[in-house]
Amino acid sequence: MIEVESLSKQFVVRNGRFRRERKVVDAVRDISFRVERGELLGYLGPNGAGKSTTIKMLTGILVPSSGRISVAGLDPSKRRIELAKRIGAMFGQRVQLWWDLPLIDSFELLRHIYRVPADRHRASLARFREVLELDPFLATPVRQLSLGQRIRGELTAAMLHEPELLFLDEPTIGLDVVAKQRVREFLVEINRERGVTVLLTTHDLGDIERLCERLLVIDHGSLIWDGRIDDLKERYGAERTLIVDLEEPMPPLEIEGARVEKVDGPRQWLRFRGSAADLTARVAGAARLVDLQIAEPDIEEIVRRIYGVGDRRA
Amino acid sequence: MVESVVLWRRLVGAQVRSQLQYRASFALDLGGSFLISFIDFLAVLVIFHNVPRLGVWSVREVALLYALSSISFALTDLLIGHLDQFPQKIRDGNFDILLVRPRGSLFQVVASDFQLRKLGKAAQGTFVLVYALTALQLDWTPGRIALVIVTIPAGIVIFASVWVTGACLAFWTTDGGEFTNAFTYGGNFMAQYPIDIYASWLRRFLCYLVPIGFVTYFPALYLLDRPDPLGLPRFLEFSSPAVALAVAVLTGIVWRGAVRHYRSAGG
Repeated sequence: MIEVESLSKQFVVRNGRFRRERKVVDAVRDISFRVERGELLGYLGPNGAGKSTTIKMLTGILVPSSGRISVAGLDPSKRRIELAKRIGAMFGQRVQLWWDLPLIDSFELLRHIYRVPADRHRASLARFREVLELDPFLATPVRQLSLGQRIRGELTAAMLHEPELLFLDEPTIGLDVVAKQRVREFLVEINRERGVTVLLTTHDLGDIERLCERLLVIDHGSLIWDGRIDDLKERYGAERTLIVDLEEPMPPLEIEGARVEKVDGPRQWLRFRGSAADLTARVAGAARLVDLQIAEPDIEEIVRRIYGVGDRRA
Repeated sequence: MVESVVLWRRLVGAQVRSQLQYRASFALDLGGSFLISFIDFLAVLVIFHNVPRLGVWSVREVALLYALSSISFALTDLLIGHLDQFPQKIRDGNFDILLVRPRGSLFQVVASDFQLRKLGKAAQGTFVLVYALTALQLDWTPGRIALVIVTIPAGIVIFASVWVTGACLAFWTTDGGEFTNAFTYGGNFMAQYPIDIYASWLRRFLCYLVPIGFVTYFPALYLLDRPDPLGLPRFLEFSSPAVALAVAVLTGIVWRGAVRHYRSAGG
């Protein structure tokens, strides 16, 4: 569905009003990856890492400085209009709906822009009205919608022409927990039920952890991870945490193969690698246990660690 | 092409409906723009209050130039005046949205707004045109009728091309609004007077570089049956549509190049 080969983008930044200083900034440097049809892929990176620049090149908004891109078999910057019919895009910080018009009117205008036949439009809109619960605010002018309502409208707008491929740039930015959850459910739905390929950029790790199996991580313009999230955890965050509740407060336990990270009354946090069963047995030998649980490494920490690697490289 | 016009009407129709929601404010805007533009014409009358002729041109003749330019410009303003806000679209990156839709980007920019109240200015231009044509008592040969009919559309295309080319600057400078204004609003002002009264460098500029001379001056020479005071060849009198077509094509090329230079905004 997407093939990217040695893609780079440089921007020339000029400083100063009169004496111009030219500086070339590498927003994206030499990245390559493939996305298969039907994948739901996360694209992660800190602000300014090159996420949005990549998406903009994939959608034909920006022209690459070098490298090759093929999206749905087309070169985005050369065949932008053809490609636009087959992809949907939503940018969390941009408004594509008509600000002063009722939401439903925006959908109607988009139908004409995308040349969608009336009956297909009606059927498609009916599904979104149900899944995203749009009915209560369909007749409300967009400027009066809450952010959560607007994002639901934006998602509908990006999907109404039934694209094969959906690009989402920070779709959950600024949303509350409930709204976030609704958006995530919707993305899973369109990916699983309708086979839409989804590429999602975010710096919300919750999005990634709940939605994607595969993850690309970009930092300082370079791709530093491309693979399954589980493998990522294994590689960068093999340490898990054993949380034990002891019968009474004790000084930090000294157990082979683990170190105590935190103590709070009778509760202690032990970081370890390898088998949890062996460690539990050793802890049980050293103190009386009331309860225990194991925490998997969270992706936030892992990503922090990968970025650390990126920093050293830069 | 027909389909694009239908879509344009839909998009613009939606804008107009939302403008008309506030009827009173719209009526005031419309009336205001109609009246204010008469002050503009007053400036012409003030000049002729002090001098009987401007070069070889009488007040009625200058009124004809004024009217042709004003109508063309007001209609251009109506269609694409919102390009003045285009640098903002570039700066905040909202131009992105247009590029992920399956339509030409310039078409979408043009269709994104429509300031209906600018009709007030066009109406004032029409008043002045009727006055000028009545007062001049032209002999309405088929040639003159044809020329009057094509002059205004050609003028619109020329003004629009200048406007769009100016807007392209925003892709590089992310601003440049004032610079562009000098050629659009300034161009209208220049076209309201016969270009033979200007200094020769300015005249050349207005004939060859920013072809404002073709909006009013050359067509007016034919309508008034006046040999060119500058002695330029007579075929220029009919060349406005050709010039308009040429600058439109050139503008299309510039726009395409400029869009490829688009850098979007962070975020």
